[in-house]
Amino acid sequence: MKPETTHWNRQDFPEAARKELAAKPSQDAPFAHSQTRRNVRNATEIIQAKRNAVVAELPEWQDLRAAGAAIRAHTLEHLDHYLLEFEANCTRHGGHVHWAADAAEARKLVLEILAPHAPREILKIKTMTSEEIGLNACLEEHGMHPLETDLAELIIQMGRDRPSHFVVPALHKSRGQIRDLFAREMHRPELSDEPEALAAAARDYLRQKFLSTRVAISGANFLLADTGGVCIVESEGNGRMCLTLPDVLITIVGIEKVLPSFQDLEVFLQTLPRSATGERMNPYNSIWSGTPGNDGPREFHVILLDNGRSPILADDESRQTLRCIRCAACLNTCPVYHQTGGHAYDSVYAGPIGAILTPQLHSMQAAQSLPYASSLCGACYEVCPVAINIPEVLIHLRGKIVEQQQSTVAGSLSLWNIAMKSAAFLMQDGSRLHAAVHLAQAAQRPLVSRNGFIEWLPGMLNGWTKTRDLPALPAESFRDWWRRTRSANSSLQPSAEQPSEPRHD
Amino acid sequence: MTDDSRARILNRIAAALGRDSSAASSAAAASYAQIARDYRSANANSDRSIRDLFVERLHEYDAACTRVATPADLPAAIAATLAARRLATPAVASGVPREWLPEGCDFPAADSLSVHELDRVPGILTGCTVAIAETGSIVLQSGSGQGLRRHTLIPDFHLCVVLESQLVASVPLAFPRLVPDLPTTFISGPSATADIEMTRIRGVHGPRTLHVLLVAD
Ligand code: SF4
Repeated sequence: MKPETTHWNRQDFPEAARKELAAKPSQDAPFAHSQTRRNVRNATEIIQAKRNAVVAELPEWQDLRAAGAAIRAHTLEHLDHYLLEFEANCTRHGGHVHWAADAAEARKLVLEILAPHAPREILKIKTMTSEEIGLNACLEEHGMHPLETDLAELIIQMGRDRPSHFVVPALHKSRGQIRDLFAREMHRPELSDEPEALAAAARDYLRQKFLSTRVAISGANFLLADTGGVCIVESEGNGRMCLTLPDVLITIVGIEKVLPSFQDLEVFLQTLPRSATGERMNPYNSIWSGTPGNDGPREFHVILLDNGRSPILADDESRQTLRCIRCAACLNTCPVYHQTGGHAYDSVYAGPIGAILTPQLHSMQAAQSLPYASSLCGACYEVCPVAINIPEVLIHLRGKIVEQQQSTVAGSLSLWNIAMKSAAFLMQDGSRLHAAVHLAQAAQRPLVSRNGFIEWLPGMLNGWTKTRDLPALPAESFRDWWRRTRSANSSLQPSAEQPSEPRHD
Repeated sequence: MTDDSRARILNRIAAALGRDSSAASSAAAASYAQIARDYRSANANSDRSIRDLFVERLHEYDAACTRVATPADLPAAIAATLAARRLATPAVASGVPREWLPEGCDFPAADSLSVHELDRVPGILTGCTVAIAETGSIVLQSGSGQGLRRHTLIPDFHLCVVLESQLVASVPLAFPRLVPDLPTTFISGPSATADIEMTRIRGVHGPRTLHVLLVAD
């Protein structure tokens, strides 16, 4: 499989979710498992509890959140200015800055940079942009082996699995599953399932590779315009190994990741770790500019990746999507993500942020079901450290999708469109609605099962009952009940003559 | 290709933002200055409590910390720490003051060691630029007394001297003390991972042990 886009299989969310929620793996959903769902729930609950505790500790949290939102919004409004400033300063410090309009250009740039070095193996530190452009498959095709060094990414790579979360990509795996994988792939049959033993096994496995591999590829958390700096936030030290030991380093980063100033890190180095892993600070943050003398790689390249980002800036309402600092707090708090896990989103970017980012990266021409993968409960907005109003953007994007569909002839004649127009007609007038309810009560009879639910509906309505049951309409509607009880006890109720009942109810 | 793409991306951004691509962002500086930084006025702790807080945070990360009464006591404190851990002489970052080191030990200079040699030394001794109580972090900047970045990465044991005058209460107070262009590493406890069932496990690729000597100065 060669993932060409962020939206892997172009599967609709309800369909993918149904497969993921199956108790056993199938051909379409090889990783679905009830164990997987338990793992996802456990992990997200633990991170969420830790996050809430360390956020509550800071009385200035809302000020930090407001400043974070303002800095990111400001940067996006002046994005071209800050990218040029970054380019000038990174170059001044000996770095090379490249611009890639899309995934194919980014892959081509990587291959060109690698060509003179002809590496057989390449170290990688967790980079979602690399996932986004399908870099690993491309490197393999050209005879190079990318070696994921982040523990979770190593687990994913060895298991030929897919990441399901962007801070802890393998959170759907239990320690037993990881032990079996390591025992097999590292030829360590004696390995125990103690987390310490598993981490030590990864240390032994990668140590000599770190000391001898000459080329590394990384992502970045932030670019700093005023110093030409790059900031990478991590826990294990694999990042530091990749950033400091090889001769050649390539950093692939989305154009939106720039911050105006080094000093702005005083905000994000507080909000990111607390939101992402529930720690006051993660073990390591690395910040450097270009090729700093003998302290780092001799050759340093930054690839600035657009790949569908710049058009998002044009829409005032959904531009805020690009403020995201990928902390994954919105995933951890999302009731839909809790149930389905990350794979159901069928995208590099899962969860609430994935639901708004993925379709926009494709100019709303793919992943159109994702903006519906939410109950709009608003929990994601509450926890977001840069205050992205995800529910607002979700609704805005749903509107765009409907407009897009209506703008075609087939769309304007579609059953949906007709049904929505009919509903509007009925709901505008009380007596029309009343008549319709009575009609529906009669019509539903053959469909109601013994438990009082409707489990199957014909035609296009089947889309609803495919993934959920519908409670049957009660024999007496609220309006009928109101009329009956009000006339029986008129002294307590508004009388029929009083115009207290809204005319259009 | 990259020059064309550069122009294309910059034009797309300018078009999306509804302005001419040649328009200079002179407005950027003015609007940047308007950003509210109310978080900076959060209450700083008193000196006494930030020292205790820093020690507490280090312990929470599973790092060790020893308080040292005066700089003159450092050589004895270093010797005692190494003895208690049964460690041979660690490497030392260039620029670490001679007066810190115990007499009679031959500390190899980290600068002279290859990566493979660094992999075999029993540890590394450094100072730092600033330390942050609120988050239990030490910040190292490449250079004087703090070594190159690989020096505090490859050895399995990091012994770090923090002077109390280098300790600040919060993250925003640390930034004015940093030189923005230097390679910088924030270190908060030993290397760790939470990738296996969300348990923080100490020690993956970086030093598995971090020991801080907090010196009143
Ligand atoms: S949208 Fe907000 S909460 Fe979600 S990952 Fe991005 S920054 Fe974090």
